[in-house]
Amino acid sequence: MAIDKHQTPMLDQLETGPWPSFISGIKRLRDQHPDARINAMANDLLGQLEHSYETRKGYWKGGTVSVYGYGGGIIPRFSEVGKAFPASKEFHTLRVQPPAGNHYTTAILRQLADSWEKYGSGLITFHGQTGNIMFIGADTPSTQHFFDEINEYGFDLGGAGPCVRTAMSCIGSARCEMSCTNELKAHRMLVNNFVDDVHRPALPYKFKFKVSGCPNDCQNAIERSDFAVIGTWRDDMKVDQAEVKNYIAEKGRQYYIDNVITRCPTKALTLNDDDTLTVNNRDCVRCMHCLNVMPKALHPGDDKGVTILIGGKRTLKIGDLMGTVIVPFKKLETEEDYQSLVELAETIIDFWAENGLEHERCGEMIERIGLATFLEGIGIDPDPNMLNHPRQSSYIRMDGWEQAAEEWFARRAEAGR
Amino acid sequence: MAEMREPIESGCPDPWQYMHPVMRKNFGQWKYHEHPRPGVLRHVAYSGDEIWTVKAGTQRILDLFTLRKLCDIGDRYADGYVHFTLRSNIEYLVSDKAKVEPLIKALEDAGFVVGGTQNSVTMISHTQGWLHCDIPGTDASGVVKAMMDELIDEFRNTRMPNRVHITTSCCQINCGGQGDIAINVQHTKPPKINHDLVANVCERPSVVARCPVAAIRPAMVNGKPSLEVDERKCICCGACYPPCPPMQINDPEHTKLAIWVGGNHSNARGKPTFQKLVAAGIPNNPPRWPEATAIVKRILKAYKEGARDWERINEWIERIGWPRFFEEVELPFTKYHIDTWRGARASFNSSSYIRF
Repeated sequence: MAIDKHQTPMLDQLETGPWPSFISGIKRLRDQHPDARINAMANDLLGQLEHSYETRKGYWKGGTVSVYGYGGGIIPRFSEVGKAFPASKEFHTLRVQPPAGNHYTTAILRQLADSWEKYGSGLITFHGQTGNIMFIGADTPSTQHFFDEINEYGFDLGGAGPCVRTAMSCIGSARCEMSCTNELKAHRMLVNNFVDDVHRPALPYKFKFKVSGCPNDCQNAIERSDFAVIGTWRDDMKVDQAEVKNYIAEKGRQYYIDNVITRCPTKALTLNDDDTLTVNNRDCVRCMHCLNVMPKALHPGDDKGVTILIGGKRTLKIGDLMGTVIVPFKKLETEEDYQSLVELAETIIDFWAENGLEHERCGEMIERIGLATFLEGIGIDPDPNMLNHPRQSSYIRMDGWEQAAEEWFARRAEAGR
Repeated sequence: MAEMREPIESGCPDPWQYMHPVMRKNFGQWKYHEHPRPGVLRHVAYSGDEIWTVKAGTQRILDLFTLRKLCDIGDRYADGYVHFTLRSNIEYLVSDKAKVEPLIKALEDAGFVVGGTQNSVTMISHTQGWLHCDIPGTDASGVVKAMMDELIDEFRNTRMPNRVHITTSCCQINCGGQGDIAINVQHTKPPKINHDLVANVCERPSVVARCPVAAIRPAMVNGKPSLEVDERKCICCGACYPPCPPMQINDPEHTKLAIWVGGNHSNARGKPTFQKLVAAGIPNNPPRWPEATAIVKRILKAYKEGARDWERINEWIERIGWPRFFEEVELPFTKYHIDTWRGARASFNSSSYIRF
């Protein structure tokens, strides 16, 4: 059956030019797919999108759609102009959690595509900004059918709404020499401990875990997650002096003076007369720059672990916040280490669920109650690594000073420092 | 009613089953990597094994035909294992160097773009826009397509001083995130309220609480309970619109685009930084948004010519100073560039460091 195709003169202009066109892709679904349901959906989607381009307004409204047993994971979309574009008037997105680290075989991609072909619009994105596979465009009954099918072979919905959200982790140990931790394990242990909080939104607002295997923070965890896990090390970085010499032989001494030695944020590097490199490891802050420039010569040390920062988020409502260091260094090797990481996340989420205001991110709560109060609430002692510098304002009551100082020395003694 | 099926709460799947065998074997044992050409990485493990990565840009919103085409290429020219990056580029992993060139050719013949590694302008991370979002001020995929058409040579090559992450966001919530360059919606007028609908649609106390500047208060309008906005206080952020759609913030004329620079989430050489405003009032001009793209290109040109090796955009500006940045990219400096938000004081210059 031939369909009456909407004219899309504005969208057609997005088919010109060398970058792959999403409009051409939607048109393929409209014109070439054997299923008339998909043809009609794509046609009406293009019609509504063209209408948005003409009027410069969006026409989707939210609502409530979920699958049996869950309260979230689907982004419901009902068209405000559904009368004109009926085949896409319900166009919900299912947020599906990807395998940690976004690894796929072509076989599993095909399997997901085949399932989606039966029930959805035929549009998929790998991945949305939170980290989900986004299956874009299904009507209300289809969401349950599609979920049932993919859930049977190991896929589950992610978070939507005020809940623990889908987590993200970098490729890390699977392919990267900079990796300082098992990102996949940290990612899965954290988020899978909270499946109930993922599927049944009941928190003050969203809560995101992101794991980056090193301070390059490829997952943007510090700026974009409530609970950022960043791989690091605390012993000396490894230096292969022969490889240092090879780099210098290749590009010249000046290049490495200008691009490595002088770029170290704490001036911890010295290039010696014999083209060897001296690292003052006590001064090194593990920014990663020298390792990035000389990946063959410089490597993370052996005493690896993670730094945990809490409270990163974007603008709404009090302005942008980066995560704050709450755990300067934590070993992550034994099962107990991982278990205590999960317990820390539980403690923080419990405290925030109890004390956060509605629609208040964890970082905003910390801003409101103060970092010291938050630390007390989660049972973590203050550490100078949590700050850029100590307080500037003298306006504080300090009559507990002596006790606090004694506690500091007692903790130092206990740690054998 | 048919028997409902209980969900299996399996959460995040184990990627081990989908990972290239060479990566499984050498997990956590990688020694170094090289960058033989744009779009290609060679990682070498302590065992001597190597894995080659070929990275390609796509339209991100994949239709079934495109996804299957990517799979066909992966089966025929690669080892059947892929990885997606944070910015939705697809990476094919192969253990045999001989497969690299034919794989690149197959991807390019099929219309995909090989590149996006190291000091290139990689794929723009973006939001859903008019295609799916309920509150968008503009489109996302369309803006990105139009921009990537213009920036494709910088994706294919590695001619920038360091990597460039561009993001776009279709409202001020900025789901697209921080970027070296961010193109974000910026509303310029307070919401237009449909007072007939507010009482039935909005949970009024939550909407009042949502406002970051306490500009919203309950009011009776036309005999109905509604909300009113103190327009002298309103900062036109749109935060009230998602919980209360009758408070329409989007406007075909007054919803503009703004450009921000210097967001950098790496710790390398300096601590992570947030993006700063450089341009606003840019028309929201579908289908190709030429005005926004022109400014992005000016910024990239000045950065490419003026920055030193390894300097990200924020570091380059830090070195040359903001006055010179505005000069070099020929953008006006206005009172709107001066921060008014909490913590603004930290952005004021309290020294005699002046740039001439």
